[in-house]
Amino acid sequence: MSAVDINNIVKTYGKKKEVTALSDISFNVGQGELFGIIGPDGAGKTSLFRILTTLLLADSGKATVEGLDVVKDYKSIRRKVGYMPGKFSLYPDLSVEENLSFFATIFNTSIKENYDLIKDIYVQIEPFKDRKAGKLSGGMKQKLALSCALIHRPSVLFLDEPTTGVDAVSRKEFWEMLKGLRKQGITILVSTPYMDEASLCDRVALIQNGKILSINTPQGIVNSFSKPLWAVKSTRMLSLLNELQQKDFVENVYPFGEFHHVVIKDRSGEELLQQTIQSKKDKNAVVQKVQPDIEDCFIALMKNE
Amino acid sequence: MTNDKVITANNLTKKFGDFTAVDHISFDVHKGEIFGFLGANGAGKTTAMRMLCGLSLPTSGEATVAGYDVYKENEKIKKSIGYMSQKFSLYEDLTVKENIQFYGGIYHMTDKFIKEKTATILNQLHLQKEANTLVRSLPLGWKQKLAFSVALFHEPGIVFLDEPTGGVDPVTRREFWNMIYEAADSGTTIFVTTHYMDEAEYCSRVSIMVDGRIEALDAPGQLKKTYGAASMDEVFLKLARKAVRTAD
Repeated sequence: MSAVDINNIVKTYGKKKEVTALSDISFNVGQGELFGIIGPDGAGKTSLFRILTTLLLADSGKATVEGLDVVKDYKSIRRKVGYMPGKFSLYPDLSVEENLSFFATIFNTSIKENYDLIKDIYVQIEPFKDRKAGKLSGGMKQKLALSCALIHRPSVLFLDEPTTGVDAVSRKEFWEMLKGLRKQGITILVSTPYMDEASLCDRVALIQNGKILSINTPQGIVNSFSKPLWAVKSTRMLSLLNELQQKDFVENVYPFGEFHHVVIKDRSGEELLQQTIQSKKDKNAVVQKVQPDIEDCFIALMKNE
Repeated sequence: MTNDKVITANNLTKKFGDFTAVDHISFDVHKGEIFGFLGANGAGKTTAMRMLCGLSLPTSGEATVAGYDVYKENEKIKKSIGYMSQKFSLYEDLTVKENIQFYGGIYHMTDKFIKEKTATILNQLHLQKEANTLVRSLPLGWKQKLAFSVALFHEPGIVFLDEPTGGVDPVTRREFWNMIYEAADSGTTIFVTTHYMDEAEYCSRVSIMVDGRIEALDAPGQLKKTYGAASMDEVFLKLARKAVRTAD
């Protein structure tokens, strides 16, 4: 049995259903999988999470969580899932410990009973257990929210953009915590707009405008990038970008960190690209073949849409 | 001060009680530069930016923005800069056109100027059809591009961008940076914060704040050399991990 099974889910908003948030989405997530839903703001990630956590009804389609129907069995699902919304949703006027104790109590459990599950995360904020949740720093709020989502020992955990607006160091720490939870057998669905986080998941769904662009392992997504990809650099980057946009052998060119990435239409273009760069006699120029990453794949898939 | 320097900071410091949020930072930003202002959450970026925008008085040190003193001439600073952030930049319950006109009005632009400029912006962003649409219903990427144009409406010499591309898709994110390049090319100075380390590579120079101090400041290529790192991500992690104080 899959932990999450989604079949032809459609969700629209507006009086005339003019905004399509999810357009016929289907996929499943295996038991114990760390599954990433990667896409920009407005892709439909939050709508999907709210449907799966029984907080929102789909227009059509069917979904189950741990074999339970998201409409019929909503009460049982709520006992089994943990949900950390994108917006901080704890009680700002309760202390750290009061919040955690509140969430434990509404699930008929106690902090003591499930302490082992949250220990690694909660110890980091325990020194501040008497501080009001509203007075915590961003990183500490995030750790408390995760502890509260876990305190009833859910079998499936939904994390909606837990790392948005978080700096690179804290993002790395957060993913370390997720790896720890995965070892305990919890199925985790996590959404993020950061493409580089895809490589930390077992499998990912790339999502844009309510449509799934691709579902695969991170390596599988990268392997499906079929065209030659090159990185180029010169002293004058902006004019290089404009120049390459005009070339017939170039399928796509876009800035990528210190380089521009150039997608070449077919093999014969590789030579032409090298000649173009070398003819500049620029001592800072670089032209080299590179491996695509998830962001290259996302850009290519968006272009095909 | 030479005319080339549009921002100068000298031992700029801000204390809240016994907590030093910004601790003696010194740097200059030159005209037309894209200056990346990086740091972990809680490193002091927002406090430093608020002082430079004339919104918060420093505890000690000196700074000038567009030639004006942050202590005595903060009202003049506000008129000389543009500002946008991811969290707030446009009024969701006003239309595209109303937002543009509102900002024009705030900066005391003439009706004629506002009318012409509104048409130019709508044209540039291909938003003519959406002129009377509420900003709320625009996709985030469009909103951010519009917010940037609005921040440049009164033709300020400097524009402050606080995480302008958070959550934006990879294609729109690049279109946004094209707009930044174009603005810088025409002489506007860009002061930008971001959590995307690939965007740090697009900056002329980058400063990295750790625990209220500027730990490093150089061109991205030079920073990578200095820290023996392959990417700006690596440089950032090396420096930010030194932080001792907790976030925010």
